[in-house]
Amino acid sequence: MNAIVNISRLLKDRLAKTGLSRFKGGVHPPQHKLESTTSPIRSVPVPKYLVLPLRQHVGNVSKLQVATGDHVLKGQLLAKADGQVSAAVHAPTSGVIASIGNQLIPHPSGLPDISITLESDGKDQWIERQALDYLAMSKPELLDHLREAGVVGLGGATFPSHIKLREDTRHPVRTLIINGAECEPYITCDDMLMRERADEIVRGIEIMRYLLDAEVCAIGIEDNKPEAIRAMREAVAKSEIAINVIAVPTIYPGGGAKQLIKVITGKEVPSGRLPTEIGVQCFNVATAYSVHRVVNHGEPVISRVVTVTGNVAHAGNYEAPLGISISELVQLAGGQAEDGDLIMGGPMMGFNLPAVDVPVVKATNCIIVPSAEMFPDPEPALPCIRCTRCADACPVNLQPQELYWFSKSQNLEKAREYDIFDCIECGCCTYVCPSNIPLVQYYRYAKSEIIAQDRAKEAADIARERNEFRLMRIEREKQERAQKHAQKAAGAKAETGADNAVEAAKKAAIAAAVERAKAQKAEVVAKNTEAVSPRVEAEIAKIEARRAQQPEPLRQPEQAQLFAESQEAEVTSASSQVESLQPLSKDKQPTEEAK
Amino acid sequence: MLTALYVMIGLALLLGIVLGYSALKFKVEGDPLIARIDAILPQTQCGQCGYPGCKPYATAIAKGEADINQCPPGGDAGVHALADLLGVEYKPLNAEHGEPKPKSVAVIDENVCIGCTLCIQACPVDAILGAAKHMHTVIASECTGCELCVAPCPVDCISMEPIAESPANWKWRYPVFEIKPERPVQKKSAA
Repeated sequence: MNAIVNISRLLKDRLAKTGLSRFKGGVHPPQHKLESTTSPIRSVPVPKYLVLPLRQHVGNVSKLQVATGDHVLKGQLLAKADGQVSAAVHAPTSGVIASIGNQLIPHPSGLPDISITLESDGKDQWIERQALDYLAMSKPELLDHLREAGVVGLGGATFPSHIKLREDTRHPVRTLIINGAECEPYITCDDMLMRERADEIVRGIEIMRYLLDAEVCAIGIEDNKPEAIRAMREAVAKSEIAINVIAVPTIYPGGGAKQLIKVITGKEVPSGRLPTEIGVQCFNVATAYSVHRVVNHGEPVISRVVTVTGNVAHAGNYEAPLGISISELVQLAGGQAEDGDLIMGGPMMGFNLPAVDVPVVKATNCIIVPSAEMFPDPEPALPCIRCTRCADACPVNLQPQELYWFSKSQNLEKAREYDIFDCIECGCCTYVCPSNIPLVQYYRYAKSEIIAQDRAKEAADIARERNEFRLMRIEREKQERAQKHAQKAAGAKAETGADNAVEAAKKAAIAAAVERAKAQKAEVVAKNTEAVSPRVEAEIAKIEARRAQQPEPLRQPEQAQLFAESQEAEVTSASSQVESLQPLSKDKQPTEEAK
Repeated sequence: MLTALYVMIGLALLLGIVLGYSALKFKVEGDPLIARIDAILPQTQCGQCGYPGCKPYATAIAKGEADINQCPPGGDAGVHALADLLGVEYKPLNAEHGEPKPKSVAVIDENVCIGCTLCIQACPVDAILGAAKHMHTVIASECTGCELCVAPCPVDCISMEPIAESPANWKWRYPVFEIKPERPVQKKSAA
C-alpha cells in the first residue's frame, strides 16, 4: 500500500515539475512499438488495382464525379464532398476507372459498400499541382481547398478537418493541440512520421494555427518516443511561430483527444461537449502533415503511413497509396494472412477485418498480423464479481460495471443515463477485468442499439407529423369542396335570375320585332292592294277563295300556328318583292297542297 | 371533543377548497395518456391493429377498448413499453393482427405503373409522389412500410423490399460467446 502511495506521490511530483495534469484511470499494456520502428518509412509500389470506398470518413458519402472507363490522373478528384460534413476522394495514381460498385470495405460489419476500382496504367502521372499562398487567401477559401482535397483526421476518427478548422465566434480556439501521443500498443505510424518529416508537420501546424488564430500551440508526444520528441523540437526551433513540444507521460489512452487536452491544459472537456467549448482544438500529427501537402504542394490526400506489424518478416511503416489491398501490404511486409485474422487499428481499439482483400482507407493506421502466441484465445468470460477495477481504469469517469449490467440486460435507457456515450471504447475496462468480460463489446452493442432506436424514434415522429398533416389536408380539402359546392349552388340561383331577365328582354325584343313587322305588313298590304294589275287582283281573289275553303284538318292548333307563321313570312316576303310574288306563290302551292 | 370535531371539519373544508381550486387552476387539456401511448407506437399507420392509424389505436388503448398486443410493427419491445407505461401485464403479440416483419419500404415498378393515383390516396404519410396518368414513385425516406399501397394497385406494381443492412445502418451484435469444451477432466481426481 505504501509503495503505491509513494509511486503516486512520485508521479505527482514529476507532473508538478513539468506543469502537466493527469487524467483518471488508464492502463499500461505492453508497448510492442520497437518491432516496427527499426527501419524508416518504406514506399510501396503502386499496385495494379486500387479500390477506393466512397465512405472513408465521418459524414455523408462522397458524390461520384467519374464514370467507368474514364481515364484519370494521379490526384484527380473522383468523388467530391457532399455537404459540409463530408470529404472528397482522389485517385492515388493515374489509370482507368475499371468499375464502380459494391466492394468489401474495412468495416467491422463486413458488409460491402460503394467503391471505385481504379486500374493503374503504371505511369503514375500527376495532375497539375499548385501550391497555395495561404496567407494571401481568405480563410473560407483555404478551408474549401482542404475540403476539396479530402483532408480528414488521420488519427483514426476520420472526421473532416475543415469543420474543426473553421473559426467559431462563439468559442474561439485559444489552444491548438497537436496529438503525437500515439498511445496504443503496436502502432508507430505517427512516431515514424514525426521522426522523418518533422519539418513538414510543423509547416502544417503553422497553417492550422493561422486558420484558428490560436494563441498557444502545443504538440503532445508520449515520452516513450524520445526520437520523435527530439526531431520535433529541432523542427519547432526553426519555425517562426512558438510551438511547445511537450513530452507527456506514457499511459494508455493518453492519446485520446480529451485525455491529451486534460494532460496538457489541465482542463476537462465536459461530458457530451466538444473541446472547442473550452477553447481547445486537437489534431493528429498526420493530419497536420496532410494539410501541409495540400497547401504547400497542391497534393490531395492519396496516401498514408500504415504500420504493418505482428507476425511479419519486415514489420515497419509503409507509405501506402489509399486503396491498395491490405493483403498486398501484408505480403510486402513478408507476412501471410487469412480472412478474419487481421486486426485493423491497435490491439485495444482495433477490430478484426472481415477479409484480407479490403483496401487501405484513410482510417487505416495499423495492420496487425496476429499469431496465436501474441493474442491467445481469450479465457471464457466469468460472471462479474463487482470488483470495480474497471471503474478505476476508466479514463472518462464512468462506471463500466453498471454500464455492463445495463447493456447486458438491454436496459438501454439506464445505460444512456449513465453516460454510455462518453465511453471512448478504449478497452481499459476489458483489459483489467479479472473475469475476462469483453465489456467494450457490450457497450458497442448498447450504443448502436440506442442510436438505432433514436433514429427509429425520429422517423416515427416525422411519420406522425406527416400523417397528421395528411389528415388535416384531407379535412381541409373536404371543407373546401363543401364550400365550393355551396358557392356553386348560390351562383346557379343568381344565374337563373339573370337568365330570366335576359329571356324577358329577348322576349320583349321579339315581341317588338313582331309588332314592327305587323305594322310594316299593315302598311305594305295597304300599299299593295291599291296599285295591282287586274290580272294580279284576280289571282289574289283566287288565292283568297282557296284559303277560305282550306281543309278542316289544318285547323289543328300547331298546324294552324305553323300555317299562320308561314303565311306571315309569305306576306312579308311578298311585300318586299311584288314581281316575284307569282312564281313564289306558285312554288308555295304544291307544298301547301302536299300538306 | 367538539373542538376537535370543528378542527377536523375546518381542515377538511380548507383542504377541499384548495384541492377544488387547484383542480380548476391546473387543469390538463386533452388526455396526456393518449399522447404518451402514441409516442410508443411506431407510427407506421398501417392499421394492422384494426384502427385507422396509430393515434386512434392509442385512443382506444387509453379508453380500455383495445389490448396492448395488437401492434406487430412495434414488436415485443413495443408491447413491453406499453405494459410498463400502463402498469399492466405483458402479453405476447396477438397473431391475429399479423407477425412482426423486418422494416421494409414500398418500391414501385415504374415500368408497370399506369398512373392511377390509387396508391397515393392510400398512403397514410403522403410518401408517394405522382399525378394522374403519370408515373408514381415512393419517397423511400418517408415510407413507413405500412403496405397500405400494395392492395389498391390495379397492376400489382408495388412490392415491399426489406431495408438492406449497410455499413451506414449496421448495428453491433449482442455479444454471444461460444461455450468452449472444458479442459479434459483428469480421471485421477475422480478416482
